[in-house]
Parts: sequence; structure tokens; C-alpha cells
Amino acid sequence: MTEQANNLNTEFRSRTYNIPLDNIDTDQIIPAQFLTTTNREGLGEFCFYAWRFNEDGTAKENNPLRDHHPDRQQVLVVGSNFGCGSSREHAPWALLDYGIRAVISSRFADIFCNNSLKNGLIPVTVEEQLVEYLHAHPDSAVRIDIARRQLTVENYGTIQFPLDAFSAFCLTRGIDQLDFILQNEQEISAHEQKYNK
Amino acid sequence: MPQQSPSDSTLFEKVWQRHLVREESAETPAILYIDLHLLHEVTTPQAFAELKKRGLSVRRPDRCLATIDHSTPTSAPDAEGRHHYVTEQARDQVETVQRNCAKHGIVLHGWDSPNRGIIHVMGPELGATQPGMTIVCGDSHTSTHGAFGALAFGIGTTEVGHVLASQCLLQSKPNTLGIRIEGELAPGVTAKDVILHIIGTIGVDGGTGSVIEYYGSTVRAMDMDSRMTLCNMSIECGARAGMVAPDEVTFDYLAGRPLSPQGEAWDTAVADWKTLKTDAGATYGAQVDIDATAIRPSVTYGTHPGMVVAVDEAIPSGDTNESIAAALEYMGFKAGQTLADESVDVVFIGSCTNSRLSDLRAAAGIMKNRKVAHGLRALVVPGSEEVRRAAEADGLDRIFIDAGAQWREPGCSMCIGMNGDIAAPGELVVSTSNRNFKGRQGPLSRTILASPLTAAACAITGRVSSAQQFLEAGSD
Ligand code: SF4
Repeated sequence: MTEQANNLNTEFRSRTYNIPLDNIDTDQIIPAQFLTTTNREGLGEFCFYAWRFNEDGTAKENNPLRDHHPDRQQVLVVGSNFGCGSSREHAPWALLDYGIRAVISSRFADIFCNNSLKNGLIPVTVEEQLVEYLHAHPDSAVRIDIARRQLTVENYGTIQFPLDAFSAFCLTRGIDQLDFILQNEQEISAHEQKYNK
Repeated sequence: MPQQSPSDSTLFEKVWQRHLVREESAETPAILYIDLHLLHEVTTPQAFAELKKRGLSVRRPDRCLATIDHSTPTSAPDAEGRHHYVTEQARDQVETVQRNCAKHGIVLHGWDSPNRGIIHVMGPELGATQPGMTIVCGDSHTSTHGAFGALAFGIGTTEVGHVLASQCLLQSKPNTLGIRIEGELAPGVTAKDVILHIIGTIGVDGGTGSVIEYYGSTVRAMDMDSRMTLCNMSIECGARAGMVAPDEVTFDYLAGRPLSPQGEAWDTAVADWKTLKTDAGATYGAQVDIDATAIRPSVTYGTHPGMVVAVDEAIPSGDTNESIAAALEYMGFKAGQTLADESVDVVFIGSCTNSRLSDLRAAAGIMKNRKVAHGLRALVVPGSEEVRRAAEADGLDRIFIDAGAQWREPGCSMCIGMNGDIAAPGELVVSTSNRNFKGRQGPLSRTILASPLTAAACAITGRVSSAQQFLEAGSD
């Protein structure tokens, strides 16, 4: 089995870290200048690069991540439409390598959501109200249960979050999606024949 | 309201249905067959590496088509024909895709091809893009190809691997959003202004999870270049794809292209393509109406493509939330001001949104017999070798060069700035591309999105300005 087996997790606990901005695009998550890589490892160094560093590589003062402790705050709480823009899978690769395991938002961009689930980064979609609560209560303790699709927030309670059945199944059992497709070889060949492809 | 019969379906549903290898179930997404897989150097190396690791081969190399466009320099090669890459890593990325495609028997239009270009410009030019197809690419602007009535969307690198190995993709069925655009566009208003206006209206998440179908008299009146511009930016309102039903304009464009069906096969294909339209009784999941007559030349003022105003309109004040405030601070603009007095440092005319021949003609019409403003840098980057040839045959290169603009080699260039074509920190760029995110065109660069007409006008005046004054004066 590949990647996913290593990230196999059905639940985990962490504290939250807030970036209360809407429309954080994948160019912010990892700028284009780092996309010439032919690997997927080690991109955490470049995660939110333009926020963290000046042109000359020195640390930025006004950095939205300045108080972030990735070792214990592995859940980001962000504004709506997170991950919009470019389809680069380097964005979830960079977030995971930087230490993030889940992102909480009221809305995720489509392709980002897809890319994240394929790499074991959990997009947790919740009501705007809970996002606001989390912004008002930084460093909250949370528990994410993927199998049950539950998010538990200290002093708030437990809520269900949407996660398509198949992604949940793959994530919790370490099932590989490509293997799943390839099991349908007969149907694929039949389709090619039927439509003369 | 016409009665909806069970057989009535939308354009999207027709294309979706034809490609189902396996239906969606409660537990599993649909398996969708992919007719055309487009590839470029940035989002493929890790996918080929994964195939290698698993000992898998490419199932249908004949359904793949590749090019090099993002990391390629747009400066002319030196006397020995060497290309000057921005970094060794960029060169390595280009060489990696060339190696991978050669190994797996995939056609790649590289440096020596007369067809090389931005993937979304090249595919249609070759006739590879056809109505009714499913088309994917590890690139979000794959939505461009929807202009032909194809279901075309961007995927991530893991999915690039899935398609290479199986020619299939796991997909949950998206919603549909109908955008009806009616009325005649005012002179000087282009497809770019229409799509900026739409994104400004429905918002950058207004299409999330949906496939948009654009229809109505305005869309019918558009040529293919304009329809491509429209569909190109569908992703900028979060949509998975944008589509336009094929018609005579589409068929005329495709007739005789190298990869289009020929002879009898052409007639069969056209007869089939004519059925690819939304039935009168079918409905969309959601529906938006746009009055085209009200659209004016538009530009962005913030750091995402939904922050849109007419060129001469004031930046809205009032309900400025935190994101808008942060955007204005980054751009150095104030709520309530107009952009007219902002001086422009760089003008970029290019990208898969606006680098086709008609775009360059429009820009040249404004720049002819005029000069680029003192101190302003203007880059004109054709979308492909074919566009370059056609433009040069038309003498457009001379018009740009005489005006003081740079006429460069085809590629993505300053749309994303991966190849070294970037703006300096703080510089204000008026750009015909599709994204104005912070730093998109170079660290700390500031971007205003605009049509080729508007961009050309800005190049001449050195300020953010509409092309209206030049259109009235004429270009001769
Ligand atoms: S021109 Fe820009 S948007 Fe289009 S494919 Fe290239 S980088 Fe992407």
C-alpha cells in the first residue's frame, strides 16, 4: 500500500490555531516559485512562505503564523473558501509536511478538498458559527474522529461533519483509490469497446 | 414553464452519462472514463514517479497529449539554440516530463514542435479538444476546454496518476449552475469583462461544487476565443467546470484541424455533436441571469478575482470586511477611490485566458502607432507557436515592438511567474491573466486583471484606464 497507509488514522487530538482570513488561495499556501520541484517531500519549509519570510529570507514580523506551534497545534481554523485557486496538490503536501493534519472551515474549494483527502489531510466543514467560536477561543482542544465524522471541541460539544463515505472508508482502512479503480478493469475495457475508444 | 420529461437532460448530464464506467453508489463515487488527458511539466513528475513505484504502465498513451509551458523561458534561445532556464530545477522539471512522455509513448510538443503552447491554447488549436469529451489536466484552467461542449476540469497530481494508469477518475456527480447571459455587449466590452463581471456578481465561491453552463444570446454571438476566455475563469468562482453547447461556430472552428475527425468521420461526429445541448424541459440545480448590456470594461482592485469594478468606477466602500480591508492594504488602495490615477509599472498581455490571436489583435489595435508610456514595461506573450506565427504574419509583432513592448516566446510567463518572468515587489501589473492573488506575479507584486483592450490602453497611458478613448479615436 502507498502513502495513505502511513497516514492511517481514525482519530486524533490536537489544539487549534487560527488564521481568520477568507479566500486563502493555494498560491498563499505554497507560492509558485517552489513548484519546480519533481518531488513531493520537504515542502513544509515553503508552506505559507510569503507570510513567514521577507524577500531576503529573514523572518517576517507581521506573520499570521508567528505564534503557531505545529507540534501541538495541528488543526488550522480558517475563513471560508480555503484552498481556492490553483489545483496544485503541492498545497496539501506542504501543509502536511509543515505539520497540519486537519483544517476547519465553513467552506473549502473543490479541488483542494479532493487533493487533501487523497493525502490524508482532513478538511472539516462546519457551520460559520463554530468557526467564529473557535476564532474567539484560540488554542482550543479538539478531537477529530474520522470514522464517525465527528469533531469534538472542548467546552462546546461534538458535531458531525460531512465526509463522503468513500473517502472515510479509504482513510480509515488505508484503502488505495487507484487499486479500487483498477479492480474495475473489465468495466473499463467494456466501456472502451462499447464506445469504440 | 415547459414540463420536464424524464428524458430531458442538461448538456452536462448528457456528457456525464456517456462516460460512466460505473455509477455512483451510496458508498462509492462514480468511475468516469476520460477521453483526453493533457499533461505539462509542473503537476506530472510525482504522478509518473508513483506509476514507476508500483510498476504500472500508462493505459492509453494515445489519449494523452503533453507540452511544456510553465517553467519554460520566454526569452529567445541563444545562437546555439540553448534555452536559458530561471533555475536548474526548472530545466530538470522540463526534462523530466520529456523523459517520462518519451518512455511511455506520449506525444509531447516540446521546443522543436511548431505547435508547442500553453496547454489550454494548444489543445483546441490541434483539434484535440472536441465536443462531448471528458478532458482533464493537472491544472485548474482545464475548464477552458468546456467552450467546446466538453466536460473539462482540473485534477490534482494523485489523480493524474489515476488517469495515467486507468484512464479513469473517481468523481461524485457535481451540481449544475445555469448562467444565462442575454443582450448585446457594448463596444469595447469583451468576454473577459463578462466573466469578471460574473465572478464579481456571484462571488469567488458562487460556483463551488458546480458545473456551469453558459448560454443565452450573448454566448451564441461569441467566437470560440471568447467562449474559451469565458469558460477559462469558471474555476475563479469555484466551479468545477464551465461549458457552452457546441454549435456552428464550434464546428467551423474545428473543421480541418490536425486532430479533428476527417471525411466521413467528421459528418458522423457533427451529427452527434448537434445533440449535445440542454433540452428545453431540463433544469439546472441553480440559475443566474446576467444582463450583458449593463456590463462595462471591468478590472479587479483586490487580491482575488471577485473584487471587481468597472474601470472608471469607485472601489466600493461600506461593507468592507476584514478580507477586503487586508486586500486593499496589500494593493495600496482605499475604499471609495477610483483606480484612474494609479500609475502602472507593468502590463502583461498573455496567459491561457487572453493570449489567442483575437486577443493580440485587440491589443495591437490600441497600440498601433502609439507608444508605451515612459518607464512602463509591457510584455506580450503569445499563447502558442501557432498564435505567434499567425500574429507575425499579420504584422502584430511589429506593432508591439514599435510601440515599445516586448514580443516574447510562447508560454505561461508572467501569469504565474515560474519561469522568471516576474514583477518586482510592489510593482503594479495590469494583466490579462486570471489570478490576482497576493504575489501571484512575483513576491509582493500587485495585480489588476483586465481585458487585452484595457491592458493595452493602460500600457499607452501608464495609468489604469479604459480603451474607450482610443476606440473612439480609431487606431489609424
Ligand atoms: S497561463 Fe497561467 S493559468 Fe494558464 S495554464 Fe499557464 S499558469 Fe495556468
